[in-house]
Amino acid sequence: MEILIEKSGMKEDILFTGSVGQLLSRLKINPETILVVKNGTVVTEDEKLNNKDTVKILSVISGG
Amino acid sequence: MKCKKCKENAVLADPALCKKHFLSYYEKKVSDTIKKYKLISKSDKVCVATSGGKDSTAVLYLVQKFLKPKKGQLQALLIDEGIAGYRDHTAKDLKKFCSENDIELKIASFKGSFGKTLDKILKSGRIRLKPCTICGTLRRYLLNKHAKGFDIIVTGHNRDDECQAVMMNLLRQQTEILARLGPMTGMAKRKGFVQRVKPLYFCSEKETALYALLMGFDVSFNECPNIIDSYRADVREMLNNHESRHSGAKQGIIESFIRELPKLKKQYSGSGPAICVKCGEPSSDKVCGACSLAAQIRTCSNTVRI
Repeated sequence: MEILIEKSGMKEDILFTGSVGQLLSRLKINPETILVVKNGTVVTEDEKLNNKDTVKILSVISGG
Repeated sequence: MKCKKCKENAVLADPALCKKHFLSYYEKKVSDTIKKYKLISKSDKVCVATSGGKDSTAVLYLVQKFLKPKKGQLQALLIDEGIAGYRDHTAKDLKKFCSENDIELKIASFKGSFGKTLDKILKSGRIRLKPCTICGTLRRYLLNKHAKGFDIIVTGHNRDDECQAVMMNLLRQQTEILARLGPMTGMAKRKGFVQRVKPLYFCSEKETALYALLMGFDVSFNECPNIIDSYRADVREMLNNHESRHSGAKQGIIESFIRELPKLKKQYSGSGPAICVKCGEPSSDKVCGACSLAAQIRTCSNTVRI
């Protein structure tokens, strides 16, 4: 799975199968602070992911 | 997860809504807040405090949509603090948005008003205050000054911003400042003070980011580089951690605060802005915070124009 964390600029390929919630837990990211876009579509935490997906994680915290 | 109103996939979990129903839900929430708290009337001349970020762009778009302003009735106002690599990017996005949506944009800068950008003020190291304190004081001063002639200033403060402000002031025992919060800021109408209102008061930061994303607004989701060591950032992290374990906590804070707010406003109704003897702007002291800061900035520059 290709994963991009926009805030840190981290982009890498990882092997992962499970839900968005499980991915966030593995990455230690608080779901309250982000939006997840899977293959160009915004998804919720129960969405299933597989290794063919492209996932973008956007921080909702902006400004000052 | 499916939308609770149709069979489409949800874009938000709580409430479970698809794109179409989320956009309606968000806009209705903003519209209901404006109506319930009488934030904007059809005849108001409205100045929207904008940064080019998601919150102020969303509120600018919605004010234009709801108000359907006549020529000269709506203005976007950007305060350019001079934060390299941050404000220059959001200002570019804002200029494009205003141009595409036929919205008048006024820009006032720290450099033009105080002779220095925020970056240079901080770099000088002469002012021993946190960056957010310096920036907030000067920014609020310029907002009020450049919104003269308008009935209200609309800001993009969302529910999370307000929750943080409530908690910060509680933790610091600043109950008088608490009384100035709420969907309509201030305790009472004061001479020289342009009323500020917050139509996104009940919209979470996540909902607002989602709205901006789904609407295709060309905005960056970057944080100000100066917030890293701020008290607000610590309180925000505490609240987000608590919310992730106890869903509804932030809404609970806001609902409780709103219930108590009339008592606070009544308690502190006698206090509030007088007039700064130096610049004539509203101030809680004889000399306002911006003039005090300008005097300190002057020690490292002779070009302060306040």
